Formats: sequence, C-alpha cells, structure tokens
Amino acid sequence: MSRAVTLAWVVFLFTLPLWMDNLYFLHVLIMAGIFIVAAMSLNLLLGYTGQLSLGHVAFFGIGAYVSSLCSLGFEIHVFDVPVGLAPKPVWLSMIVAVVFAGLCGWMIGKISFKVRGAYFVIVSVSFAEVTRLVALNWLELTQGPMALNNIPFLKLWLPGIGDIDVLGKMPNYYLVLVVAVVTYVIIRRLVHSRAGRAMIALRENEPLATSVGIDVTRFLVLATVVSAALAGLAGAVYAQYVRIVDPDVFLFIYTVTMVIMVVTGGKGTLAGPIVGGLIFGILPELLRGFEVQPEIQWVVYGVLMILIVYFLPEGIVPAVRDGWRRVGGRSGAPPAQPAPATPAGATPATAEASP
Amino acid sequence: MDQLLQHALNAMILGGTYALLGIGLTLIFGIMRVVNFTHGELYAFGAYMMYMWVMLIGANFVVSIALAVALGVLLGAGIEILLLRRLRGADIDTTMLVMIGAWIAMQNTEQLVWSGVAKSIDSPFPSAPLVMGGVSVSWTRLFVFAVAVMLIAGTWVLIQKTRLGKAMRATFQDREAAALMGVRIDRVHTATFAIGSGLAAAAGALLGPVFVVYPTIGDLASLKAFAIVILGGLGSIPGATIGGFILAFMEELGAGYVSSGYRDAMGFLLIIVILLVKPTGLFARKERIG
Repeated sequence: MSRAVTLAWVVFLFTLPLWMDNLYFLHVLIMAGIFIVAAMSLNLLLGYTGQLSLGHVAFFGIGAYVSSLCSLGFEIHVFDVPVGLAPKPVWLSMIVAVVFAGLCGWMIGKISFKVRGAYFVIVSVSFAEVTRLVALNWLELTQGPMALNNIPFLKLWLPGIGDIDVLGKMPNYYLVLVVAVVTYVIIRRLVHSRAGRAMIALRENEPLATSVGIDVTRFLVLATVVSAALAGLAGAVYAQYVRIVDPDVFLFIYTVTMVIMVVTGGKGTLAGPIVGGLIFGILPELLRGFEVQPEIQWVVYGVLMILIVYFLPEGIVPAVRDGWRRVGGRSGAPPAQPAPATPAGATPATAEASP
Repeated sequence: MDQLLQHALNAMILGGTYALLGIGLTLIFGIMRVVNFTHGELYAFGAYMMYMWVMLIGANFVVSIALAVALGVLLGAGIEILLLRRLRGADIDTTMLVMIGAWIAMQNTEQLVWSGVAKSIDSPFPSAPLVMGGVSVSWTRLFVFAVAVMLIAGTWVLIQKTRLGKAMRATFQDREAAALMGVRIDRVHTATFAIGSGLAAAAGALLGPVFVVYPTIGDLASLKAFAIVILGGLGSIPGATIGGFILAFMEELGAGYVSSGYRDAMGFLLIIVILLVKPTGLFARKERIG
C-alpha cells in the first residue's frame, strides 16, 4: 500500500461517522476496532517473534479490570487490614492499566522464555485461566460474576474543542480510531527499528541470531511487554466503552478470535491484523442477519482456520500483495512499501506447510 | 488427620484418570511433535459416548466404557489421517493452529448435538460408600481407579513389549533413522494419535459418571493434561503418570485447605513453579524445546 492509499484510508475512517448515521453499524465498528488493536498487539508476538501467545486475552482482561477498578476505587482487606483506593480519573486509570498489563507481560516473558515454543503457549494459556479464576473468585475486589458496573467514562480536554465526554457511539468511535492508529504507529516503528529486525532474525533462525550477538531472550521479553501493554490498552478502552466488566472478558474464545484475525489477515504483516479484524469483526454481524446459531458460527470459524492454514498459509495480505505484483500492479506506483515490513520469505515456516 | 487421609485418597483416585489424560498427550507430543489441542475434546467425546451408550441405548456399563474408548481410537485415527498427515514436516506452530481450529469446530459441534445442558450418567454400583476407618470412598470411584490403573499398565506393556511399541519408541528417538530401518512412520503416527485419543476418551468415559458431562469439560481437561505433561517433561510417560497424581494431590489439597474456587488454578500455578525451578519437567531425559 502506498502512502496515498494509506492516507485515503485514514481520511475515509475519520469522516465515516459524519456521513453514516447507523448507530448499530458504528457499534460493530467500535468493537471490531478494539479487537483490531488487540490483534495488532498479538501480531507483534505471533507474527514478528514467532511466539504464539494463546492467553492474550489475559492482558486484555487485566487492562479492562485494572482500569475499571482504578476509576471506580475499591477497598479490600489484606489480613484484616483495609487497603483501599479512592476513585481516580479515567485517563490515569487507563495509563495504570497499560503499565500493569505490561508488567504482567514482563513476568510471563521472564518465566516462559527460558524454554519457548510449546512452553510459552501453555504458560500463556495457563496464565489466562488463572486470571479468569481470580476475577471470578476474588469477590471483594472484582465482584466476581456480579461484574463491575457503572464504570466511569473517559473525560478528555482537547485544545480548541474543550472538554469532551467520551460517551456514546461517535466519541468512542474516534477514541478507538485514535488508539488504533497510535498502536499501528508504535508497532510499525518498533518493527522497523533495530529491535524489530532482531525479532525477525530470531524468528527466522534463532541459532544464527544468537551467533551474531542478538540477546534473544531480551528481545522476546521486550516484545511481550509491548504486546501485553497494547492489549491492556485495548481492554481499558473496552471497559470504558461498554462500562461493565465481568469475568467473561477472559474467555478463551476471545484469544481464538484474535489468533484467527492475525492468521487470516497475514501474520508478520502490519496490515494483516487490520484486514483480518475487519473480516471477523463484521462477519458475525452479517451472519446474525441470517439467524445463524452462535455454535454454527464457531464451527465455521474453526473450519475456516484449518482451511486457511492449508490453502493460504501466509494469510490474505501477503497473498493479495503477491497477486498484485504478478499482474504488474507496481508499474504505475513507486515501490513505496519498504521490504522490512515483510522481508522476503516472511513466515517461511508456514509456507512449507502448504501441501 | 482423617481429613488429610480423605483428601489423599480422593487424589489417588482422581490421579489415575489424570495420568491417562497426560500419557495420551505426552505420547502424541513426544512421537509426533504435535501440541494436541483436541485432546480435551476427545475426553469430552468419551464422556458423551458413555452417556449415549449407558443412558440413551441402555448398554452395560463396562461394555459402554470399552465402546467409548474404541470410538475414541477411531476418531483419533480419523483426525490424524484427515488433518495431520498432510502436515508432516510442517513446523509446530502450523499444526498447532490446525489443532486449535479442529478443537473449536469439535467443541461447538458437541454443543449443537448434545445441547449445553449438563448430563449425568448413572452408575450401576451401590450408592452407599465404602467406609474404612475415618475415610469413605464411593464404589464408582474405586472402579474408575481400577480401570485407569489397568489402562496405564496396558499402555506401558504396549509400548515396551509389542512390535508397534518398539516402532513408536524408535520413531520417538529418531524419526529419520527409524524410517530408514523400515518403520512405517505414517502408520506409527496414526497409531500414536489413535492410542492417545483412546486414552483421553477413556478418561472422559471414566470421569463422566463421577462428575457431570457438559460441552466445555474438554477445555479444562486439555489444560490439565498440558499441566501434567509439562510437570512430567514433554514426551515422558512415567513423568506423565506421576505428574497426573501430583496434580490431583495439589488440586485436592488446594480445594480442601485454600478455597474450592481455586481448585482448577492449582495446575497452572504448578506449571509456573515448575518452569521457574526446572523448566524441562521433572522426568525429561533431555531438554526438549517445542
């Protein structure tokens, strides 16, 4: 995608609520946007370092809970000593949530990157399950299944506009859009930096990366921290939008949704999670029009995931890009897309899987 | 003291079925290098087949267990031939994604077929428990334990004493060398996945009558199997056996002395502690990195 196309997209997305007044569709886009942010954060790990975080929803849920608890305030008793927190402003709560989620990512990375691969997958799954059980059982703090209600919404002050209540569809749409763009820029900069090249190097060939002096574990932990913090940000945005958080935010199926988004769109590409996120964020709503049972929807997801691994192992974005190049679509536009985003042979490991 | 004994006894009995789950998963990982996310669904499948034979068709209890295991073996062989055979040589993440897809599809198919309502399975054993001193145990649980121990022993004999077992061990050590010696790798893989699936189905068929059966029981079963396998070292059968019992003890003690809400969190805490202290598991012969 050249810079002009990107710009056209941004303009299109920023003006969308001005000419589209279907509130329900706006809601669908907001939820898709939140999931896209989460999927982009997952892509940093899965696509660029090759580590599958199958408990990614834990960071999302932690972001949602920490932000909600800070903005609501809480009081718990540790050995009968009351420990409390007065309600804090929402923007501060969201920052705390991001930092906390990042810390959890650091912890998980430190533990599991001693041995990686399958171990990291299982540790991340386990971590998500533990956080879900804590949210369900620590009634004093989280209200358990009764959920946290009436979570305050974000209040912002913008130069030239003044105070804004981020309440309702339109302000939230813009909030999600801004967060998504910021996330995209952070990940893009990281991936194109020295750290990003180190991550890709270790995904492609870890022994070689080590031999040229790349501290593999350090970069893996760094990627996990950034990824977890961004997922936490998505969770915090989610909490202040829906304004109710219950332990179901930790459901495994949300992690699966993120994984499917990344794999379908194209792991290891910047645009992949966005394309996948739009498809799987909007598809369920279309299916709902046909009154499809949710179980059938999930069966379709599962089968789709298998088919994509077999027939489109690199995902949609690389496939489309290759097709574009083949028909000579590059001749007109300058080659604005730099190679580092998808170095030659990105995800070669999956490429060889095609039958 | 009696309370502690009671917990220990419960753990022994639960541990047998956990060990079955763990052995199945560790076999599949060790020989095929596949992180099998459908394992829990095979467990659920076994439990639902048990429900079907006992409650809907009215077959004999013991015969039903055998049928459930046989169907689990068949389903496992089908999954291997249909989904995994063409991915031989693919990297571990690719097969993992396929298995996750299969897991989601299977679980929701179960939900469609059996509905979300929990089902209970009647057991033919007397409901009055066996009381010994201060501890008591139900006859159903004793039976479950006996069958689990028999199945563990049977698997052990299969792997150590039969020709197939020898081929499996050879494949485990070095796939290429085994193929050069005339071992048919495709057959070994299908057999491994079928046996592993059969063991998971057996665990489901055995625990189905002890607890209740509902579509998402497979999730926790998968996660517990992973915990057991990490505990014992990926690919180690004795490790998985002992790991199954250790996890059961942790859960019983956690539920008894901490809080029953955190019972299922014990396995995961165990994983984290093990990875901190001895990342390769307690019984792995050499370091295995997925």
